[in-house]
Parts: sequence; structure tokens; C-alpha cells
Amino acid sequence: MSSTRPIYLDYAATTPVDERVAEKMFRFMTVGGAFGNPASRSHSFGWEAEQAVEEAREQVAALVGADPREIVWTSGATEANNLAIKGAAHFYQKKGRHIVTVKTEHKAVLDTCRQLEREGFEVTYLDPEPNGLLNLDTLEAALRDDTVLVSVMHVNNEIGVIQDIQAIGHLTRSRGILFHVDAAQSTGKVPLNLAQLPVDLMSFSAHKTYGPKGIGALYVSRKPRVRLEAQMHGGGHERGMRSGTLAPHQIIGMGEAFRIAREEMGAEQERLRMLRDRLWAGLSDMEEVYLNGDPVHRVANHLNISFNFVEGESLIMALKDIAVSSGSACTSASLEPSYVLRALGRDDELAHSSIRFSVGRYTTLEDIDRTIVLVRSAVEKLRALSPLWEMYQDGVDLKTVAWVAH
Amino acid sequence: MAYSDKVIDHYENPRNVGSLDKADPHVGTGMVGAPACGDVMKLQIQVNDAGVIEDARFKTYGCGSAIASSSLLTEWIKGKTLEEAAAIKNTEIAEELALPPVKIHCSVLAEDAIKAAIADFRSKSPQHSPVDHEVPQRLSA
Repeated sequence: MSSTRPIYLDYAATTPVDERVAEKMFRFMTVGGAFGNPASRSHSFGWEAEQAVEEAREQVAALVGADPREIVWTSGATEANNLAIKGAAHFYQKKGRHIVTVKTEHKAVLDTCRQLEREGFEVTYLDPEPNGLLNLDTLEAALRDDTVLVSVMHVNNEIGVIQDIQAIGHLTRSRGILFHVDAAQSTGKVPLNLAQLPVDLMSFSAHKTYGPKGIGALYVSRKPRVRLEAQMHGGGHERGMRSGTLAPHQIIGMGEAFRIAREEMGAEQERLRMLRDRLWAGLSDMEEVYLNGDPVHRVANHLNISFNFVEGESLIMALKDIAVSSGSACTSASLEPSYVLRALGRDDELAHSSIRFSVGRYTTLEDIDRTIVLVRSAVEKLRALSPLWEMYQDGVDLKTVAWVAH
Repeated sequence: MAYSDKVIDHYENPRNVGSLDKADPHVGTGMVGAPACGDVMKLQIQVNDAGVIEDARFKTYGCGSAIASSSLLTEWIKGKTLEEAAAIKNTEIAEELALPPVKIHCSVLAEDAIKAAIADFRSKSPQHSPVDHEVPQRLSA
């Protein structure tokens, strides 16, 4: 391993904890700090931990325009998605057992829906448009009298597109259907105001927004009141919705991270957009390079690019000085390319050739310029090795070739 | 995932990259795999009149292990007879490159590629097809 670390451009996977956050978290762990159990009512150790937890709840609620009493702590967005979808489906199953979601959702939503199918629920998985956005007419056509829940993510983790949750929420609310939104990728990137948004349940994660891993939250609307069946049973914490001793250091970390996001979001997103646009400008003039997902309705820090005729995993191997992720899942035994890009109707070649670049708080202009040089040379090197590129240059239409699939 | 040093070496310094003239009667071309599966290998061999592979070239679209498997294969087959080259097993390639189980298909693809290249060459030059060395029936006296 070289002494210098790769350039980190995978902020959609996770972010480093902001130093201000880490410093504050440390004050809630050791003997000299506020290490108490927030559920302890009989002494000041418990009181001070509880007070800090409630302040953090206010900070999280403030970023998303919610009432602090609508925030339930979880271990992360995966647990929040599980609690929202299973909790609502179980609680309202007498009303109906049909759920609607989208094929490009995170696995934490899709696998939860699969589990409900095993329990006898019916789930409709909608195709998005080729730009990654959900068509409202498609959604409306899928709603039935026994539909109890619609789950659509706000910002897609893989392609960065932003769904119109305002419009979706109006539709579901007019039909008396609950609406859950996975917003793990949204906080600090897109303004959210749950006081106005017709959303009933929303999942959050700390570690995508410069907070610690292992903590997240679920917004559970009070007006209209949404009820959930608990998935974790125990001491009745979080108004019975999620038992388990709270982790003040994690919670304080999430609160502080969301406080910083609220204060710095405007300027930060402007800077990230400049970096992202510079990266795209530096790569998009190459031949056969495609942006995946809608070019306008997308978060400012995110690019998903297909470099046609180059396989994603080998490109990542060539880009060893850059930390990015591939839409290609060639490392799995299935050899299936990204299910998200497939759902957009992208050709298999393009799905296999995709790389996700996501910039963040610590990305510099120099990082971007260096990345452009490295990516261009890697793509050129691999294209020189690629029989598909050779055929393309010779004018062969790859769709007409009789491939020997294996 | 971690790659073996040999995979990285072949990936970073691939041997015998390029193309030979497909129309040349001494050249056999094998193209295997499919873009939809994430790997396509093109292997070409140039065979002399004695049936020995004098030169080999490859181009591969695929992961690092697929590129390394085809690069290694071109090294191995140069100087071999068609029969010797056809006898190379994917397990030998997988072992040499220390491929993990999920990458075994890359070595299978390389074995398929050499077999396809040999078949293509033999279809062009039938005199190099394997001869059935049947024992002539002895006439009874």
C-alpha cells in the first residue's frame, strides 16, 4: 500500500465524522463525561444524558422541519426502513395488505417488502422512467382499495436522482394511504420541511451526513397520527416504538452533525455542485460516456457515469488511487449488473460499465483535477484492451452479434 | 476484494495485447462471453505449418481476473502445438492466478477462448484437424 491514501469520492457510501461531531461525542462516554443512561430517572447522571439526547432530537427535527416528538431513534436507516414498513404493514393489516414501492429502492426497503410478501402481504414493485424518476400516473395506476402503504425513496443512493415526494404524498394522502420515504441520502443535501410535506414516515441516517455510523432515526407523523407495531421489544423506550437503551454518544453525534448540516448546507451544496460539474465537464467530452439518472433532478454531489465498452470492476481496479464504487456487481457470484441501472432500462453493457462518483465536505479542487486525469487514462488503457471498443471502432453494431453467453 | 499479485501483474502489464489479421489462413480467432455477462474475450492464434502456435494476441472486456486469465493464457500457448494448447485446463489457470471461487468463471472463459480459436483455425485449415489414429483392421489370412 502506498503511503498516500486514495482520493475519497464515495460520500454516498459513507462520510467521515466531522471533527466537531467527534469532539462532542467524546463528552458522553467516559467517567468524567455525561455517560449516564438517559432512562435513569433517579439521579443527575441520567438527567444530563436525557437532556443531551432531547437536544439532539431537537437538532434532528430542526433540519427536517419536524416536531421533536416525531423523531424515533434507531440504529440507522436500515432499521428505520424496517420499522416503518413492517411496523405500518403489521399495524394496519386489517385495513389492507397491499404495498407499493419502486424497483430502484435500497435493499433495506426491497428486502423488507420481500419479507412481508412471505408473510402474505402483496407488494407491487414499480418501474421508474429511464431517467430514474417515478411517473405519478404509473403510481396512481398501481394503487388499490387495499393499498395501505407506499414507500418511495427521496434521493437514490446509486444514481442520485430526487423523487418528487411532495406530489407523491399529495396523491397518497388523497387516497388515505400511508407514505414512507427513505431519506438516508437527503439530509444536508436537499431542504426538507416535514411540517409541509405530506409524508407520514421518513427514515434518516447519521453517517451519510458526517455523523457516526450505527445511528439513525425514523420520523413518525403526529398530524395525521401514524401508528406502528414495534419491531424491537423491551423497556418501552421511544414511546414503545423502539425499545433498547439509547446510545447518547451516537445520538449526540447525529444531532451535532444535523445541526452543522442545517447551518452549512447552502454554501456547502454550492461548492459541491461546482466540484461535481467540473468533474463531469472533465469526463463528458470522451466518446461513449453517459450520465445515468436525470441530469436536473439530482443531488449536487453525485454523478453516476457509464464508460461504454469498459467493465466497471476493471475500471475500479485501474483507479486504485481513487475510492469510488461500481454499479457493476461482478464480485457477486450472480454476475448481475446493477439492479438500479437495469430498472432504468440501461443496456447490460452500460450497466456493467458504471461508476458512482460522490463528492463531499473534504473534497478539494485538486482532487477533482487529479481524478479527471486518472479516469481518462484508465478508460483509454482499458479501451485499448477491449474487444468491444475495437468492434465499435470498426462500426460493428454489438446488438447484432450472436454472443455465446455463459 | 483483494487480488493476487499475479492477477495484478497481468492486469497492470498485460502480455500480448492486440489483434492479428482475422482473414489470414494461419490465424484462428476465438471470441467468447457476452457483454451482458460482463466479460468478452477475444483470443487469436497464429499457427505455422507444423501446427505450432507461433504467436497469440488477446483483447478482453471484463474484470481484472478475466484480463489476467487471458493474458496468462497467451503466454502459455505460445510455442505449444494445437493439441497441447487444447489440453490446457481452466483449473491450471485458476490455480496459477490464485483466483477466488467467484472468479473461476474467468478461467473457464479463457479455456473456452483457446478451444474456440483452435476450432476456428481448423475450420480454415482442415489439414490440421486431429487425425483419428485408428488401428487398421488386420486382414485375416
